[in-house]
Amino acid sequence: MVKKIVENVEHALKGVESNMTFMFGGFGLSGIPENAIVSLSKKEIFGLTCISNNAGVDDFGLGLLLKRKQVKKMISSYVGENAEFERQMLSGELEVDLIPQGSLAERCRAAGAGIPAFFTPAGYGTEVAKGKEVRKYNGKPHILETALTADFAFVKAWKGDTAGNLIFKGTARNFNPLMAMAGRITVAEVEELVPAGELDPNQIHTPGIFVQRIFQGNKYEKRIEQRTVRTKK
Amino acid sequence: MALDKNQIAQRIAQELEHNTYVNLGIGIPTLVANYIPKGIDIEFQSENGVLGMGPFPFEGDEDPDLINAGKQTITTLDGAALFDSATSFAMIRGQHVQLTVLGAMEVSENGDIANWKIPGKMVKGMGGAMDLVASADNIIVAMMHTNRSGESKILKQCTLPITGINCVKKVVTNLAVLEVTEKGFKLLERAPGVSVDKIKNATEAKLIIEGEVPEMNI
Repeated sequence: MVKKIVENVEHALKGVESNMTFMFGGFGLSGIPENAIVSLSKKEIFGLTCISNNAGVDDFGLGLLLKRKQVKKMISSYVGENAEFERQMLSGELEVDLIPQGSLAERCRAAGAGIPAFFTPAGYGTEVAKGKEVRKYNGKPHILETALTADFAFVKAWKGDTAGNLIFKGTARNFNPLMAMAGRITVAEVEELVPAGELDPNQIHTPGIFVQRIFQGNKYEKRIEQRTVRTKK
Repeated sequence: MALDKNQIAQRIAQELEHNTYVNLGIGIPTLVANYIPKGIDIEFQSENGVLGMGPFPFEGDEDPDLINAGKQTITTLDGAALFDSATSFAMIRGQHVQLTVLGAMEVSENGDIANWKIPGKMVKGMGGAMDLVASADNIIVAMMHTNRSGESKILKQCTLPITGINCVKKVVTNLAVLEVTEKGFKLLERAPGVSVDKIKNATEAKLIIEGEVPEMNI
């Protein structure tokens, strides 16, 4: 067995530097690598390119890196929940590349699967298509999108084992398995880390081969963005 | 009387077909789930990775690991499935989801839709909308007929950056049901008590009107 376990978040982050490209799993605040983000926000690293579906909120998630102006460029699909982000973007301090959500997911998956580019109909005829090759398949125009890689991918799972195998819970899975595939170094933090052999191999979502470092996370806040409930009749 | 948002959702729910998969966007489209007609079985897909989405949880049962694409807490129904974002968009791009209902800032008479950006003002991003409109077989737009300044959102040509071209099939507003045809918008139905003239006055695009236009059944 190839061992992936590291002692804590500090060991997991060994090698992060300014001007690197990082991926962060999560959709909104669900399934984000909370421990890695908090530790990165305390480091003297700047000029980062961050690939993440969303940009957190002002005081949580990637908002923490944005507040300290550690981020030079964001690649995302939807960034509507963060006032500081919007301010930095409109003032030109922050470079932003907005791309369709399905293309973002597939561009991560493609990188991890050794596919350098692919054609998709999403974004054809819009400003997303600017400068991109167009080809018709089955009579319908598609645009060429390239794979996205990162120096580090930070992902968060529900359970993991010392071999790096991961199991996600609910909709907290989202981009995590795809970014795990795409990272040159993928750092997984988990709510529950168990010895290899304890997880059923049939139930693994992300095989350990895609994970380079895994650690037991702690103090998960798991903040809810929109608490919606119904009342009992 | 012009419809309210719930009534727009109620009218769109009449378009739901039995045994289909449907993706509902944020805003008015979300409300469609409250009005599924009797005898119609639907599974709702949310692009953040769930099929078989159920109603909001009871207070105290909220799970931060179970949300919809609007980041609202949800539940799952029997038969639900959870998956990653690439699989989710494979369902969408691969046309396994039959109907998409989404909101819009503008729709044009050739079926273009704009709903993701107001240059210099609003820069929230397209989320999954571009993937959805590029691939879905059937796309229904749910929106108010005019914007806050009273200007028509039903246009000859979109003025805002577009999300997708030639894709919208039908538009349901507070005033009317419009079908996008090769010749432009055809007025199919009007809101109860709303005259054809009132709809014409609120619409910048040309309307195709054939015979008596019936009232919506709400």
